Amino acid sequence: MKRLAKWRLFSLFAILALILSGCGKPFVSALQPAGEVADMQYDLMKLSTIIMVGVIVVVLLIFTIIFVRFRRKDDKIPKQVEGSHKLEIIWTTIPILLLLILAVPTVATTFNLADVKEMDKKDSKALVINVRSHLYWWDFEYPGQKIVTSQELVVPTDEKVYFNLKSMDVKHSFWIPAVGGKLDTNTDNINKFWLEFDDKRSNEAGNLFYGKCAELCGPSHALMDFKVKAMSRDKFDAWVSSMQDVKEPQKAQTDLAAQGQDIFNKSCIGCHAVTPANKMPETARLAPNLTNFGDRSRVAGILDHNKEELKNWIKNPETYKPGNQMTGKYQDLSDAQLDALAEYLMGLKVQE
Amino acid sequence: MHVEEKMTYETWPAAPEKSTLESKNKFLGFWLFLGGETVLFATLFATYLALKDKVPNTSQHLAKDLFELPLTFVATMLLLTSSLTSVYAMYHMKNFAFKKMMLWLGLTVLLGAGFLGLEVYEFNHYVHKFHHTFTSSAFGSAFYTLVGFHGAHVAFGLCWILTLMIRNSKRGLNLYNAPKFYVASLYWHFIDVVWVFIFTVVYLMGMVG
Amino acid sequence: MSTIAQKKGFGATLWDFLTTVDHKKIAILYLIAGGIFFLMGGLEAVFIRIQLAVPNNDFVSAGAFNEIITMHGTTMIFLAAMPLLFAFMNAVMPLQIGARDVAFPFVNALGFWLFFFGGVFLNLSWFTGAPDAGWTSYASLSLHSKGHGIDFYVLGLQISGLGTLIGGINFLVTIINMRAPGMTYMRMPLFTWSTFVASAMILFAFPPLTVGLTLMMFDRLFGANFFDVTMGGNTVIWEHLFWIFGHPEVYILILPAFGIFSEIFSLFSRKRLFGYSSMVFATVLIGFLGFMVWAHHMFTTGLGPVANAIFAVATMAIGVPTGIKIFNWLFTMWGGSVKFTTPMYYAFGFIPSFVMGGVTGVMVATAAADYQYHDTYFVVAHFHYVIVGGVVLAILAATHLWWPKMFGTMLNETLGKITFWFFFIGFHLTFFIQHFLGLWGMPRRVFTFLPGQGYDAANMISSVGAAFMSIGVLVLLYNIIMTSVKNVKVGNDPWGDGRTLEWSIPSPPPFYNFKQLPLVRGLDAYWLEKMEGKKGMTPAEPLGDIHMPNSSFIPFMISLGLFIAAFGAMYQVDKVAWALPVMIFGLLVTFGSMFVRSIKDDHGFHIHKEELQEEKGAEA
Repeated sequence: MKRLAKWRLFSLFAILALILSGCGKPFVSALQPAGEVADMQYDLMKLSTIIMVGVIVVVLLIFTIIFVRFRRKDDKIPKQVEGSHKLEIIWTTIPILLLLILAVPTVATTFNLADVKEMDKKDSKALVINVRSHLYWWDFEYPGQKIVTSQELVVPTDEKVYFNLKSMDVKHSFWIPAVGGKLDTNTDNINKFWLEFDDKRSNEAGNLFYGKCAELCGPSHALMDFKVKAMSRDKFDAWVSSMQDVKEPQKAQTDLAAQGQDIFNKSCIGCHAVTPANKMPETARLAPNLTNFGDRSRVAGILDHNKEELKNWIKNPETYKPGNQMTGKYQDLSDAQLDALAEYLMGLKVQE
Repeated sequence: MHVEEKMTYETWPAAPEKSTLESKNKFLGFWLFLGGETVLFATLFATYLALKDKVPNTSQHLAKDLFELPLTFVATMLLLTSSLTSVYAMYHMKNFAFKKMMLWLGLTVLLGAGFLGLEVYEFNHYVHKFHHTFTSSAFGSAFYTLVGFHGAHVAFGLCWILTLMIRNSKRGLNLYNAPKFYVASLYWHFIDVVWVFIFTVVYLMGMVG
Repeated sequence: MSTIAQKKGFGATLWDFLTTVDHKKIAILYLIAGGIFFLMGGLEAVFIRIQLAVPNNDFVSAGAFNEIITMHGTTMIFLAAMPLLFAFMNAVMPLQIGARDVAFPFVNALGFWLFFFGGVFLNLSWFTGAPDAGWTSYASLSLHSKGHGIDFYVLGLQISGLGTLIGGINFLVTIINMRAPGMTYMRMPLFTWSTFVASAMILFAFPPLTVGLTLMMFDRLFGANFFDVTMGGNTVIWEHLFWIFGHPEVYILILPAFGIFSEIFSLFSRKRLFGYSSMVFATVLIGFLGFMVWAHHMFTTGLGPVANAIFAVATMAIGVPTGIKIFNWLFTMWGGSVKFTTPMYYAFGFIPSFVMGGVTGVMVATAAADYQYHDTYFVVAHFHYVIVGGVVLAILAATHLWWPKMFGTMLNETLGKITFWFFFIGFHLTFFIQHFLGLWGMPRRVFTFLPGQGYDAANMISSVGAAFMSIGVLVLLYNIIMTSVKNVKVGNDPWGDGRTLEWSIPSPPPFYNFKQLPLVRGLDAYWLEKMEGKKGMTPAEPLGDIHMPNSSFIPFMISLGLFIAAFGAMYQVDKVAWALPVMIFGLLVTFGSMFVRSIKDDHGFHIHKEELQEEKGAEA
């Protein structure tokens, strides 16, 4: 008896834990919206869920009554009923009304989310970011600020940020679950939309959102993550100007880093840029821009940000991101060379 | 009525193409098949319209540079006339006039072959004069696929009608082969209708630009 | 030929099935082939769930995982669900309308062999690298994909798609032309109605797929540029073509499932289907609307708010006829005398499962919110609730319901119920939690996930559910083997409550089905006669000669030719010397066989009145 009670308590806790975790992690869950777009979508979710749960309850009620009352008890033949016009009209009209209740906000929100008129205005102050997706990495260009960064999107909070989305190889899809729904990056055309990052809730989520690729794009589709750093407008402006200050590749600080820079200039610079004002045409930007690599929170978008993981990655990218475009583009590096290279790359910072 | 029965002018039914259950099924089934074919061509038309004049660089030719009215007009006339001759053939089939039917079918085949010849010449012309090929651009792929699919239908139709004519040349009409002739002529009409759309959408609208 | 099955050797039986044009035998072929593909697709699903049970798992590699998900989707839709439904359509629909066979027995066999060879071709890709761009095979990724995987997909589906198309035409003509005397359209059983509507949808939905696949084939194998953006191509065309086919396809699958459940609810409640005319109307309406909503699969493609809003509202509209159906089923049982047999278990379990899939369907139809759901596990959960909770439950229900009619022996009821409970619990365990995974930000088609995002426990639960479903299927297999070994024969109407014509004739029926065509006097024709105390149907014609089609090996040859040609077409792109000759040889086999079929007269044969009377004597 006592053991049973214990089990009961345990299962109660288990259920409680499940309910508490029912909203997911704040930096990656659509159920913990942290911006205007995600809010609107969350509202639609709630509205549709309420309506739908209502429908399910009605069906289950009838379902249960049937199960209890109309099981076969004897061999009598029940009355053969053709139908009922009254009932049929009821269950035609009520769903139509319910769907209308849902359709109106759906249409309104759909148009609202597609409103990017601000982007086409002349002298618009709005922040525009060009997102270009590549096989398993993301490129972010700020055309107004004339800077490029990769893998980690930096955005100001509490204002609308506009995006131009395009893919450079195969179709991907740009998604920051906690902040808003996704939009595909097509190979054929540029898609546009906007997002807004709420300052307070960004703080609660640790100011670092997870972004994902949502369209199957090859072996490492699952690993095509990016991160979003949300910060106040002031901090954002400071970040932009410190990025803009990097006119020349940063000088290495230590001897080891200087060796690393030499290696980098021999083996890596063909694809990776280390200045933010990337003047090359879009199609020639073959790999992530590393100007502020030292400031980032992940190596290759997925690994912990430390020298060890960085060396592992450079040594054998294929084990971490199968099918990536970096494997085999450079000669094997010795451990000493890797040390130097990691030292150099980790020193590429624009912020203190 | 029985399929293997020896028929005469007197016993020949008014609608020999659907006088037995089998032939009724064939008649209806073929109409449904043509419904599916219509969707197939509609899809190809949509693809063509989406990719019309979509070329990788400006040195390539567009629809308005390629098409010439006289050639396609003659081709159109040939195919339209062949549709008419197949109507005559079916008229004679219904009247149990085997020889006349064969004559008109023969004419249909000749006209169809003429059309096909012109199409081959036309494609050849585009490839050599304009370097407009199946692989040169999305426009080229879409053009040759749409018009080529139709051309393949014409070729298949010709083979089909010829096979029927040769197979039945010695034994005349009966209720077993009458529906076969009829269905083949339905197919031929369908090809003709599709061509009317190709002529309008691809050639006339293409020349306008 | 006309004497009823004597003991035959294995070779003779095999030859019989290779050449048969009998709809009942073709149904068995579809059931076996579809069943095997279902097991393969299921095995692939198990691999997926093992890989995703824990984060950072390396049970399979990333590339192999993409091959597995692609083959799982493609196999389940094209090679398992459709053929299994075709099996029941073939087995039952001609009997339900009182016909001796389908309209085109030859074409029926051809349809099966095309499907079969297409499916085998597709699965042979496992030896050299399977397709890996998802069952949707979006164009940019497909063109980027190395090796021959996508070519297997494109060619295999073209071959099997042709089979489905002609199968659809065949069913349409059968239903229009071959109904028994008195069987008006509004007296047709709901399963026949849904076969009719699904076949019409096949007729209009498969050509766009064929075109899409052909264009992809031209691009990959013959240098065309339909989807090559640098040459002026456009990949969104593929998305449109695929979904113009793909969405109706969902209804092609679910409508026959609705038909099966309509039969079961009515049969085991001993009640006429509630609101028969509105059920027919809803079926036709769903079929029609099914063609108007394809772009809801492309809400995030960037078609613009106008298109998204229109397609959102159109999609929601489908909820209405579907709702009508749910309530009609409930009220069919209401006031009835409901017997909980295995098929009824499935039908009863179907209601909450499918309602769940239906309401999440409305949720994903709300375009603006779908930007969150799209391409996440929420969508995976949604369509598995519809396809497994609807179609697969229907297939399992139909297997138990019509097994005695197809094989003359009843599947074990206890084992059937055990199967149900394992499958049903496993199904909800696997897929319910996936709704939340999607909302928590987990995209679909990921070969692994990183820890620390809150996905670990839920994925484990989902994988455990998959194990339950597998046990259910294994119990079903055991049931089938045991039943076949015991082989206890049953009579015409083994459930005792049969309402439609198939229950008025022996199980399994003689190869000519009806000695004399029955006279149909209303909906649920057999039930009507039983209620008036009669033992069987009143014949509509005197006993006479029956005309039957000849068996033929040509369907097999036509399909085999395309199968061979596909290999040639695929390898000619590698400039292999044998490829082009093989392709030409294959096409020659196909067209040669068609030519032979065309010039060789085939009048069929007659079963004479005397033989039929003799059998009558033997029975008595």
